[in-house]
Amino acid sequence: MFLGIDYPTWWFLVVGGLFSGYAILDGFDFGAGAWHLFFRKEENRRIALNAIGPVWDGNEVWLVIGGGALFAGFPVMYATFFSSLYIPFMLFLLNIILRAIAIEFRGKEPMLWWRRTWDITYSVSSILLAFLLGVVIGNVLRGIQIGPDYQYQGDGFFEFLNPYALLTGFTTLTLFMVHGANYLLLKTEGRLYAKLQLLLKKGIIAFILSFAITTLYTLIFIEHLTVVFKENPVLFIVPVLVFLSVANIPRLASKRKYRAAFLFSSLVTALLMVIVALELYPQLLVSTIDDAYSISIYDAASSDQSLKIMLTIAVIGTPLVLGYTYFVYKTFAGKVKLDEHSY
Amino acid sequence: METEILARIQFAFTVAFHYIYPPLSIGIGLILVFFEGLYLKTKKEKYHVLARFWTKIFALTFGIGVVTGIVMEFEFGTNWAVYSRYVGDVFGSALAAEGIFAFALESGFLGVLLFGWNRVKPWVHFVATIGVFLGSMFSAVWIVVANSWQQTPSGFHIVGEGLNARAEITDFWAMVFNPSSVERLLHVWLGAFLAGAFLVLSVHAYYLIKGRHIEVSKTAIKVALIIATVFSLGQLMTGHASAEGVSHNQPAKLAALEGHYPANEKADMYIFGWVNNETQEVTGLKVPGGLSFLLHQDFETPVIGLNSFSPEDRPKQVNAIFQFYHIMIAIGMFLIGFTVYASIQLYRKKLFDQKWLLFIMMWSVLLPQIANQVGWFAAEMGRQPWVVYGLLRTSDAFSQSVSENQILFSLILFFVIYALLFFLFIYLLNKKIQAGPHDDTKIQRNPNQEAYTQTLTQ
Repeated sequence: MFLGIDYPTWWFLVVGGLFSGYAILDGFDFGAGAWHLFFRKEENRRIALNAIGPVWDGNEVWLVIGGGALFAGFPVMYATFFSSLYIPFMLFLLNIILRAIAIEFRGKEPMLWWRRTWDITYSVSSILLAFLLGVVIGNVLRGIQIGPDYQYQGDGFFEFLNPYALLTGFTTLTLFMVHGANYLLLKTEGRLYAKLQLLLKKGIIAFILSFAITTLYTLIFIEHLTVVFKENPVLFIVPVLVFLSVANIPRLASKRKYRAAFLFSSLVTALLMVIVALELYPQLLVSTIDDAYSISIYDAASSDQSLKIMLTIAVIGTPLVLGYTYFVYKTFAGKVKLDEHSY
Repeated sequence: METEILARIQFAFTVAFHYIYPPLSIGIGLILVFFEGLYLKTKKEKYHVLARFWTKIFALTFGIGVVTGIVMEFEFGTNWAVYSRYVGDVFGSALAAEGIFAFALESGFLGVLLFGWNRVKPWVHFVATIGVFLGSMFSAVWIVVANSWQQTPSGFHIVGEGLNARAEITDFWAMVFNPSSVERLLHVWLGAFLAGAFLVLSVHAYYLIKGRHIEVSKTAIKVALIIATVFSLGQLMTGHASAEGVSHNQPAKLAALEGHYPANEKADMYIFGWVNNETQEVTGLKVPGGLSFLLHQDFETPVIGLNSFSPEDRPKQVNAIFQFYHIMIAIGMFLIGFTVYASIQLYRKKLFDQKWLLFIMMWSVLLPQIANQVGWFAAEMGRQPWVVYGLLRTSDAFSQSVSENQILFSLILFFVIYALLFFLFIYLLNKKIQAGPHDDTKIQRNPNQEAYTQTLTQ
């Protein structure tokens, strides 16, 4: 216990915080990639790509840290989670690599077919990554076929593509596209800025529809996720805040308050992670076979001793990470200027 | 059984591929610190040109290291679920420290290192370079600590039974400074420095052979050759310390490295040889009692052999382990001979006139890479049949719920995409080498820079 909260819960907050950070950071660069093919002119594509140029690699660090935190704090969950969602994770890794290849390759040859090929690879892999992240979250929320001894008992190939996961996948994709458009607004000027404002509005409509349908589906079909909201109706304020924040974004963008708009889409991402955390806690992985096989934070957690050590590491390390993340973003703040170091 | 073998092949393939890149990043990072430090100290433009050029190559190796590293992190969970549950409590804290202290440090400063030349003051840029280099060094610390814990577990106790058994940490620092971590870490660091230094030597030897970039190349070779010589010699010491450690901590592994079967007799040391695991005979050129002498300074002292262990508790692929180990040693010896000789030639101012030396220098880039790979193969295969030495068997550690077909699917995916990645690496490396180190500061001072780069890239 520390400040009246037990160590597994603290670590649940740490992991949740890290994955929220990851979603906010890699979310905007996946989103920017998802819009890539909507830009027609070569120069605009280069600007859009270079907007994420200095930061996309650093953003993926949050995935590494989040994964490490999950492994360290909840090894039982980490083991079952990754081995039961084997195929989606392998596809995720594949696309992470393909996307990196596309970003690096694209600018290296001038031929049109060359650049088109990598443009498509970059954009499609960005879309798939956002979608797969949502699919994974959907499966975690809905539950997985976990049997005794934390062993997955499903077929392993296509089970992850269920209707609920497709809905959460689409919601995540549209969220990241809204977020990515906001990031690009920060980085662009002129006609590209104007075009992005239009795209942003379309993205917001798609997101609101998708989020509303997912919420309804959850309320109607997935009982275990709604318990916390039924017991504490005041928590409904969180999804309401999501709608309000989203509605605020186009208003800010049209006033050229692109910084505030970006902060609001970051906030929406964080709020959605809060909803996920509220729905799950204290479970990490729900068994669809029998509640007794579900993995809670207490089943999954490392020893208090280990969690204490890691919390110390996190308390020392997090300010450092935030510090140099801030430094990097400050160094590269402002609109994109292409130079000879650009992609 | 099939699943286990496929999982092992996939892990070996992905980690071996990954391990081409981080050592290069660490090694080039060290050289970058030297180049940029020398530039700040002397203000000579050639160091600036070199630092900028090698930063571009660093970016390439670092980028591939990141994406292939992400694969490694998740593969523990996807393919080695039982192992992950077993070691999570211990191993996880090392991994978390790696992510927060090391990896975030490197990646955070990387943006400044790569794109910040014109945006920050030179000394701030130098700090970023040092940050990236130290970050990569710290990464190695935590990864080697975690691996060394698998070789020589300490600072833990076991809780639970069967599939639910797991190691829990009792003493963090005993885990970090487990009996093999320090010597293995030094060995890994030096191996990485050599990988980087030899890449620098190779590229600049190529330029000299082609008669291009002569001035900067001579400078670069001087710096890199001194580094390569010092660490080739140093590697002899860390290697010896490692072997001695293995003899205390993992006698079965040591016996496999030299193909030493008799339970308790004096042990020979082979220069090269071939092991027959059936007849338990080694044919080759040997120093009788050499291993005994190396460990105990006496040619007759008995050394524990493979037959001291029951067959299910000792590695099976003795010949492969023997060969990997001896290839590593042979390369190590060659690197010492070559760097010392080349240094003497440099001192006598004759190095750059001897094309054959430059030619060897150009091709020798492959040697530290091969040595790093086979060294790890010897270390990891020598630990078998254990994944955590003496505690958890590899055959018990893989994910029970993942089917053969799933692994086959992912394994083929990895083959295809890593082939593409390797092609990309060679292609981009070649492109950067052909573009060569040049003084691009002049371009930026040009007011028409925008137009200039537009024409360059369109």
